[in-house]
Amino acid sequence: MAFLSVKNTKIKGIAACVPKHILENKEFPLFDAESLVAFINGTGVERKRKALSDTCTSDLCMVAAEQLIKDLQWNKEDIDVLIFVSQTPDYILPATACVIQERLGLSIDCYAMDISLGCSGWVYGLQVVSSLLQNLDKKAKALLLVGDTILKFCSESDKSTYPLFGDAGTATALEYNENTEGMYFDMHTDGSGYKAIIIDDGGFRKQVSEESFKIHHRGEEIFSNNLQLILDGMDVFSFGIQRAPQSVNALIEHFQLDKEEMDYFLFHQANLFMNEKIRKKLQIPPEKVPYSLKDFGNTSSATIPLTMVTQLQKDLQSRHLKNIACGFGVGLSWASVYFETNHIVVPDLIEI
Amino acid sequence: METFIKHFAAQFDETEASEFTQNTVFKDLEEWSSLLALSVIAMADEEYKVKLKGEDIRNAKTIEDLYNVVKSKQ
Repeated sequence: MAFLSVKNTKIKGIAACVPKHILENKEFPLFDAESLVAFINGTGVERKRKALSDTCTSDLCMVAAEQLIKDLQWNKEDIDVLIFVSQTPDYILPATACVIQERLGLSIDCYAMDISLGCSGWVYGLQVVSSLLQNLDKKAKALLLVGDTILKFCSESDKSTYPLFGDAGTATALEYNENTEGMYFDMHTDGSGYKAIIIDDGGFRKQVSEESFKIHHRGEEIFSNNLQLILDGMDVFSFGIQRAPQSVNALIEHFQLDKEEMDYFLFHQANLFMNEKIRKKLQIPPEKVPYSLKDFGNTSSATIPLTMVTQLQKDLQSRHLKNIACGFGVGLSWASVYFETNHIVVPDLIEI
Repeated sequence: METFIKHFAAQFDETEASEFTQNTVFKDLEEWSSLLALSVIAMADEEYKVKLKGEDIRNAKTIEDLYNVVKSKQ
């Protein structure tokens, strides 16, 4: 069992940036009045943001990072670690973290790399960054940039993905700090479900070919080519309602946490129906489980920090909070974390 | 089987409970939808601790087919 306890790590701030461009699901051409209501009731998604072709995930994350660095009054040369978690990088190579290091003006002594994970990515990223901080000097600072422009991978003729997903980028600032509770993690992987959320072509298992652009009819009102995202909603649902509660319970049990003491439970924003099943299975009261689905949809790896910025800004700024977060999805990969926040810096949501 | 049919029928709001038998071709019911498929998966998880996959739902025609899958996974 991958239980990890990391001491001496502290979240200093969280920022998020979304594209200005809003897509309203009521204007989605594949919905009639009845199916629109059913979709919104089921998923909770009324609208979301879409990055236009000139905006990459890295651009959204960079804007969030610049604001955070400014508000924290950090010196850029003091940032020792830059981790970029995304499945929508700038290029196949080089790693986007390298490009961001230069664009942000960080030191060449900076440890920088990409992590390719989706829905579980913020929790995995937090684990990696926190662990790295233990082996640096006592003033070490790190930036965790997490986000996706997943709509670029979705077919406009696929009603299972296009109305559900949205684009967002986030930045989380962490530092080495000996006066904290630390963080506790529970991490998992089940590659037997790798096909549940997949883009078939364009990697090196199936390189892009003329065939890749052929449109397939995959289900009722689901048309897409092999360079676009395929989502087996039923498989993912079955996985999520089982694994997310198991992981949260395992975390609580292993580290002997007091569930009642938690201020918030932050779940990856998959869709309302699935998330509510998870919440009810864990018997958590609704006021402890914030959602950002209505206005932003499922933003892949960005959902947890985006939900914190958009729903909990005042609380995060003004109180000491005990939180559990759980990310679950593509991989299949899932992870939970217990972390505290104490009067952290949370800039207003940025739009570009 | 009787209990399974009851659990299955309970996921539906508009279809009369009397319409459900082991031979019901559930995907032909007017109320059937992708969301109902998820409700059935959740029901199997809650009542039988069974994890149904997308293909289990896709391959099943009647309620009995699905019952057999649930039974085989228990």
